Amino acid sequence: MRDALAPDTLLSVRNLQTHFVSRSEVAKSVDGVTFDLKRGETVAVVGESGSGKSVTSLSIMGLLAHPGRIVGGEILYRNRQGTVRDLAQASAKEMKRLRGTEIAMIFQEPMTSLNPLFTVGDQIAEMITLHEKISYRAALDRAAEMLELVEIPAARRRVNDYPHHMSGGMRQRVMIALALANKPSLLIADEPTTALDVTIQAQILDLLRRLQSEMGMSILFITHNLGVVAEIAREVVVMYAGRVVEQAPVVDLFARPKHPYTEGLLACTPNAARDVDPNGVRLPLRPIPGSVPPITALPPGCTYAPRCTYAVPGCTGAVPPLFSVGASHLSRCFRHELL
Amino acid sequence: MSTLAHTSSEAPLLSVKNLETYFPLSHGTVRAVDGVSFEVRRGTIVGLVGESGSGKTTLGRSILRLVEPTGGEARFEDKDLLTLSPREMRAYRRRLQIIFQDPYSSLNPRMRVGAILAEALDTHGLAKGSARAPRIAELLTRVGLSPEHAKRFPHEFSGGQRQRIGIARALAVEPELIVADEPVSALDVSVQAQILNLMQELQKEFGLTMLFVAHDLSVVEYLCDEVVVMYLGRIMERGPSAQVYSRPRHPYTKALLATAPIPDPTVKRERIILKGDIPSPLDPPSGCVFRTRCPYAAPICAENRPPDEAVGLDHFVACVRKDELATSGEL
Repeated sequence: MRDALAPDTLLSVRNLQTHFVSRSEVAKSVDGVTFDLKRGETVAVVGESGSGKSVTSLSIMGLLAHPGRIVGGEILYRNRQGTVRDLAQASAKEMKRLRGTEIAMIFQEPMTSLNPLFTVGDQIAEMITLHEKISYRAALDRAAEMLELVEIPAARRRVNDYPHHMSGGMRQRVMIALALANKPSLLIADEPTTALDVTIQAQILDLLRRLQSEMGMSILFITHNLGVVAEIAREVVVMYAGRVVEQAPVVDLFARPKHPYTEGLLACTPNAARDVDPNGVRLPLRPIPGSVPPITALPPGCTYAPRCTYAVPGCTGAVPPLFSVGASHLSRCFRHELL
Repeated sequence: MSTLAHTSSEAPLLSVKNLETYFPLSHGTVRAVDGVSFEVRRGTIVGLVGESGSGKTTLGRSILRLVEPTGGEARFEDKDLLTLSPREMRAYRRRLQIIFQDPYSSLNPRMRVGAILAEALDTHGLAKGSARAPRIAELLTRVGLSPEHAKRFPHEFSGGQRQRIGIARALAVEPELIVADEPVSALDVSVQAQILNLMQELQKEFGLTMLFVAHDLSVVEYLCDEVVVMYLGRIMERGPSAQVYSRPRHPYTKALLATAPIPDPTVKRERIILKGDIPSPLDPPSGCVFRTRCPYAAPICAENRPPDEAVGLDHFVACVRKDELATSGEL
């Protein structure tokens, strides 16, 4: 299987299963997730709370908290030497070496991801010296360069700032500087703009796009925001209750959603231009009924069936497979032809 | 004042004038709300939008005196709420309610839902004795829950259901004005739409007036009749939603609308990326507070605070260069 990794593919997640097992129950947080990420491209994983999108990213990073465990599947990654490694089987030592050099991650909350007791320069310099033989002074210099790269004004001076001196947007820039300090091949961005205001979000998305084109890294972008997906991704993976329900190139997904959940998500996002009748009267939104089921008590068959307007009794039998519904377009719906 | 000629004639339910809420600190004063004026007509939904630090939440709370304003007035019908004694204010609290952002922390986890609603009724001496249980059942049914839910605790509900409980609590006392403080921000997208529909239905059914505080521009555009755009404690622009969204007349509104991501990958827009962050409210810029991030700022912008000036019916903009920018086609 490992040889099957196409030359332009950096990461291939195959049938990933990550479970959280407690004495009384099993949470199948990630249940058979498969997707590829090509070099220099951006794939967005989109889903609501409990969809398993963050657990997927933590599984790739090897950062699962107890009792989370990868119980099946492969995470094939092509390292700098060109060797394909299965990160699901990699030792803690190997993962530690990869994190920070080749694979980096930025999180939603930049305040809790930075150490409040050290200056931002110290934190970036530490990151560099951990993975490279270089003097601390030289590392601090590089830290200042990194802050310049992420467009922090007066970067030479700001290296001496503590995180609390900075605004949320600035802190997220520092996180990006920290993540990119060792020029990773893969950046995993888990809701990096969710805690930020829209004007700051636009700055950060712009910055990520620019840095990607300059440094050529691949980005796995985790988000719940379809607007952000439309702006940044090339390929989209839609997750619901631990499974991929739809996967497609971004334009296809928005123009021709082939899973009722994706269609529902797009339809329930308010859109003043669409949601009015010809007389200018507001039409009610079309919400998805019910709520996301708890991951420990999933309904049988298609987990979306209880909320689905297309559902028929057959939907609650077997778990639907991913059907090919177009060029690089997959849908986990028995009734995808109706959409 | 030119404002008279440009304002609809009907008397507003709520009229806020020069409202100020300052927080004194040891090293200065935070002007969270700095001289804000706007009106809310009966039966309408007015959206209050802005980024974090714009003062929108403080403004909503100041009107209800959950935060004490330091100046100005907030006239409800003919009474200035800010001059009322605590005892007088209590009578008004029945008519003014709030729905909070976080349905997890705004419900007492140790009280059953029935008791939470009963507490609201008790506070104002409503639906006593044998009328109590049917009233609670009615409220729960009205917000899409069932009467049996009265026996349960908040943790037994999902986020969307908890927000329904919060709405039922606000409705319990039959208010006239509801301040909804980011009521759908903490909810999943698929559930947001359910709550927005519910709020619209209730607004129509009970003729409610609503001040809807939000940062999500598309939600406000969809839901609100009018919109008030705040930045650093001041109002930059306000007017009918359709007008403000289709033709923003303040550079900040224009930038805000241009940066909000649209869920359509085929839309190519003019990108306006504002530089920098919102300045510290401890040390706001002189003149127009937006000028440090404004792509159209000129030296004159640093001089005086720009007045609210009418640019259309009920449409006001605080920008000294608005006419010039409109003529040159930049705005």
